[in-house]
Amino acid sequence: MSTSTLPAAPAPAPAPTGARGSGARPRLTEGAAQTWFMTQRQFMAFARQPAYLIITLIQPVIWLFLFGALFRKVVELPGFGAGSYLDYLVPGVIVMSAVSANMWAGMGTLEEIERGTLNRFLITPVHRSALMNANVVAQSATTAIQSLIIILLGWIGGAHYPGGVLGLLILVVVASALGTIFGAFSNALGMLVRQRESIIGINTFLLLPLTFLSSAFMPPTLMPHWMQVVARFNPVNWALETGRAAMAAHPDWWSVLSHGGWTLLLAAFAVWLSLRTFRSYQKSV
Amino acid sequence: MTSPNGGTVRTAATVPHPAAARPAPAAAGRPLAIEAVDLVKTYQVKGRSGPVRALDGLSIGVEPGIVFGLLGPNGAGKSTTVKILTTLAAADSGRATVAGRSIAADPALVRRAIGVVAQRSGADPVATGRENLLLQGRLYGMRGAELARRADELLDRFDLADAGRRQVKTYSGGMQRRLDVALGLVHRPEVLFLDEPTTGLDPEARTAMWDEIGRLAGDDGLTILLTTHYLEEADRLAARLAIVDRGRIVAEGTPDDLKGELHGDAVHAVLAGTPAADALGVYEALGRVPGIREITVDGRRVSARADDGAAAVPAVLAALDQAGSPVAAVTVARPSLDDVYLRYAGRSFADAEGASR
Repeated sequence: MSTSTLPAAPAPAPAPTGARGSGARPRLTEGAAQTWFMTQRQFMAFARQPAYLIITLIQPVIWLFLFGALFRKVVELPGFGAGSYLDYLVPGVIVMSAVSANMWAGMGTLEEIERGTLNRFLITPVHRSALMNANVVAQSATTAIQSLIIILLGWIGGAHYPGGVLGLLILVVVASALGTIFGAFSNALGMLVRQRESIIGINTFLLLPLTFLSSAFMPPTLMPHWMQVVARFNPVNWALETGRAAMAAHPDWWSVLSHGGWTLLLAAFAVWLSLRTFRSYQKSV
Repeated sequence: MTSPNGGTVRTAATVPHPAAARPAPAAAGRPLAIEAVDLVKTYQVKGRSGPVRALDGLSIGVEPGIVFGLLGPNGAGKSTTVKILTTLAAADSGRATVAGRSIAADPALVRRAIGVVAQRSGADPVATGRENLLLQGRLYGMRGAELARRADELLDRFDLADAGRRQVKTYSGGMQRRLDVALGLVHRPEVLFLDEPTTGLDPEARTAMWDEIGRLAGDDGLTILLTTHYLEEADRLAARLAIVDRGRIVAEGTPDDLKGELHGDAVHAVLAGTPAADALGVYEALGRVPGIREITVDGRRVSARADDGAAAVPAVLAALDQAGSPVAAVTVARPSLDDVYLRYAGRSFADAEGASR
């Protein structure tokens, strides 16, 4: 054990034997600390790319006010069931933004692989789970912030939130969970195919159909029957059903629980899958 | 032939040699910093029927405190070796210890003991150089003032103090590479892996990096495993060298040992005047010098081969003087590593590079 060749450097050399450093800290605390360091890194990268930051914030604004103006009259359709279209649109835009912002996560992962950053981290004693957990934390936190901003903008534009703070909170949580689903799947895809084109292709293919096959812009009661059936299996719709049910003046708690439950379950599965893919990536290095 | 440390050059040549399976013997009870025995690694490659054998029974032994060079063309298995020894990839079979810990049984301990500078930079381009160093240190459990001091010390040392608070994407290639080395050193590793550290650098930055690597080995007494496909780099930096070809070590020794084991050095002498009587006297005089062979005389130019050219020079001078043909100039040319590669891998370095593409 005693390769007595440690550099005779002036500062006390932290012996890399695990006796000092993180070895002395409990595993859980160290894991949490590492997750935080890696999350911090992602936030910083996000904040340092102002163009990306601004686009992520402005795009929902465009959806909100463009669609809000375009479809204002839709509420007059018999059976629509909402007072103003903006009220109806806010959860739709939140969920759509959660999907579109997170489905590109795999691009970042791919870049980290290509640049060698991921390998650099894998050679350090960092907990493997901290790397993936940081993705989940960073993604859901940015989605939550994005959702809050949309809620605020909607409120400024005159939207009503009869479900109150609790309803909004549930909406934000379920949007983050949906973001996690798409973020984790995208990461798994990135590690698996290692091709930007595949991610771009799948994303552009999925975003609009998934959004329109949900209650984002139009209540399911006004959809053709086959669409209603498809929407029932669409996680984007689960998140919307959860949010809408919780935001109503008289919340349908059963809908919140069931749709919310499915969304969370799928999020857990997606994270598990991305961890599995991560492990198989490590084997393929 | 003898090498300075008393060992003999171990060669496997292209024919499997029993000695090739064993790592080089450790000198006088000092544990090896890196010991790999019979590493095998195969990859499944799309479009090929069978798996590709990246490592085919590779064994090395690295004494602590030296720069050990792994020399070979692209695709010889150098990077795969580094990936396995740094716990990034698992070998199909074989065993290895790094800094006294088994890579298979104690990967976590190995990770704490090693620093790695991979071929691809791996530094975060959006973060500053200093932030990269701080994060790297935190992952090793370093914190606070000690870590900050270490980061600044490294920025200073690698001439990045002014650039430390700039984003890495603004760095030149040489600066990025220096930061990569600094990243590998944050936690004061016992063993540093440098995987083709100068590939892609311009000549000036390359020379600077060579100086830095030389200093690392000299000042800090750290063990360095250097992979390179530059013969010149291996010759200049490595105290010992293993030549890798097709996933195996085909020869190992000091660069001088390896070159010395060829036909020896060439000794060229230019006589002050044309040989007094005839060339025969020169032949005879040189023939009596021990270790001198393959003598050629062409007018005033005399050439011969010797195991150790420099050591043979005084005797050659004296012999020619006695024969009445004083020498005006003498040069000794060592064989190049290119010759060595040709000898052990059975093909020239350039051919091997070409074949791997």
